[in-house]
Amino acid sequence: MLISTSNFFANLSYYLSFPFVRYALIVSTLIALCASLLGVTLVLKRYSFIGDGLSHVAFGAIAIASVFNLTNNVWIVLPITIVAAVFILRSSRNTKVRGDAAIAMTSVSALALGYLLINVFSTSANVSGDVCSTLFGSTSLLTLTKGDVIFTVVLSSVVIITFVIMYNRIFAITFDENFAKASGMKTERYNLLIAIIIALIIVLGMKLVGSLLISALIVFPTLSAMRLIDNFKGVVICSGVTSVVCAFVGMILSMCFETPTGATIVAANLVVYLGFTIVSRIRGR
Amino acid sequence: MAYITCKNLSVGYEDGVVSEGINFQVKKGDYLCIVGENGAGKSTLMKTLLGLIQPLSGELTLDDITRAEIGYLPQQTVIQKDFPATVEEIVLSGTLTRAGKHIFYTKEDKKLALDNMEKMGITELRRKCYRNLSGGQQQRVLLTRAICATEKLLILDEPVNGLDPKVTAEFYGMVRKLNDSGISIIMVSHDMMAAITYASHILHIGKTQLFFGEKDDYLETCAFKKIGGLGGSDVN
Repeated sequence: MLISTSNFFANLSYYLSFPFVRYALIVSTLIALCASLLGVTLVLKRYSFIGDGLSHVAFGAIAIASVFNLTNNVWIVLPITIVAAVFILRSSRNTKVRGDAAIAMTSVSALALGYLLINVFSTSANVSGDVCSTLFGSTSLLTLTKGDVIFTVVLSSVVIITFVIMYNRIFAITFDENFAKASGMKTERYNLLIAIIIALIIVLGMKLVGSLLISALIVFPTLSAMRLIDNFKGVVICSGVTSVVCAFVGMILSMCFETPTGATIVAANLVVYLGFTIVSRIRGR
Repeated sequence: MAYITCKNLSVGYEDGVVSEGINFQVKKGDYLCIVGENGAGKSTLMKTLLGLIQPLSGELTLDDITRAEIGYLPQQTVIQKDFPATVEEIVLSGTLTRAGKHIFYTKEDKKLALDNMEKMGITELRRKCYRNLSGGQQQRVLLTRAICATEKLLILDEPVNGLDPKVTAEFYGMVRKLNDSGISIIMVSHDMMAAITYASHILHIGKTQLFFGEKDDYLETCAFKKIGGLGGSDVN
């Protein structure tokens, strides 16, 4: 596995000369950026588990799509995930204690039923390979078409612009939902919007890191940033930068060393988190 | 003219009435304390006033004031304990109710936030992180945020919970100053001593309304004596 630095860069520029590699890099950094922005409000509102729950639901939805032999499964997976996102957000608000149990139940059920469906009905010759790539991300990231890239770029721009426009309101609702509501903000609408955006990001991100690891993209950057930074704007910016850097570096490393892409990106996030933790310890906080 | 008028109001949740037969008014400059035992419906009434829940029956009218013009000091939540935000960011968020269609904070918003921080004596804390402040300082920050949202009426929910006596006294002093400057106050509190020291009016509720009127009249009533008067445990 040991290669020299010059060899590494030679490899790198060789890889970058392929358009599909550039596509993959663009898509992965954009998804990572969106996930980290939304992650800030989810982590602070104690909703981290939503990402986890939803990704399992999306896995179930992919299973359904594959049973029907749909080639473009986004149109099944996205609506199902959005409905689940709204449902989970509702249930967690109404009944605080049972909410997390409901999510645990929904997510494992979706996982189990999805696997069951794929096994019973699938016409594919390589069932476990399919399942594995859905769970942990696949090399299909390197088979992205120009259309896929445009789709992702448009959606992520919408997410990022929405986030910037709503930034102050998102802060107010995240910090104190009751105050925001009492001062006349339509907090339900914002929560619905956030739920829809999360669903979007998860469906997009599943291609990148797979359904088991997508919540890492949501929670890690924020948790890392919170180790070092004391203000909201700083946490948002730092988590965005961290996430983009980790996605980029993880992607490159996974190509150079032929490791699984999703797992490498998540590992990069873990390393950054541990690094930031050590730094914050040293600074004595 | 009264900002808030309640006529025969019933408050509660979908599964039942918590308190009913509530009649009171809050006028400009009033300082109303809502007292009552635990579970008497103080918080439920307050949430109804804020529009967080709907009244079950009866009338609740706002006059010369909109919901958005009511400043609110909620109890602290778990989320806020480790929230990475500076004092300035939090105080500024109080101006959002005035922002209307602006996407970002305007110059006036920022000036208002600065002026209010000056007024409440937290200017030197503005770059500090909220989670590193003491309980009393945090409460001050949230009060500053509330006055950024209002010039008319403040609703305070158990504002001195968990504060030590010195900080409590300081806090009541600040609220009194705000009241003297013309802002009406509605305070939900366990602290009977503070209620009868600072309030101009008292609303005492249980399953039904036990008393509403001026403080001096309240001191003569059975409701006051029943809760233990000044000799009761609430005083401490």
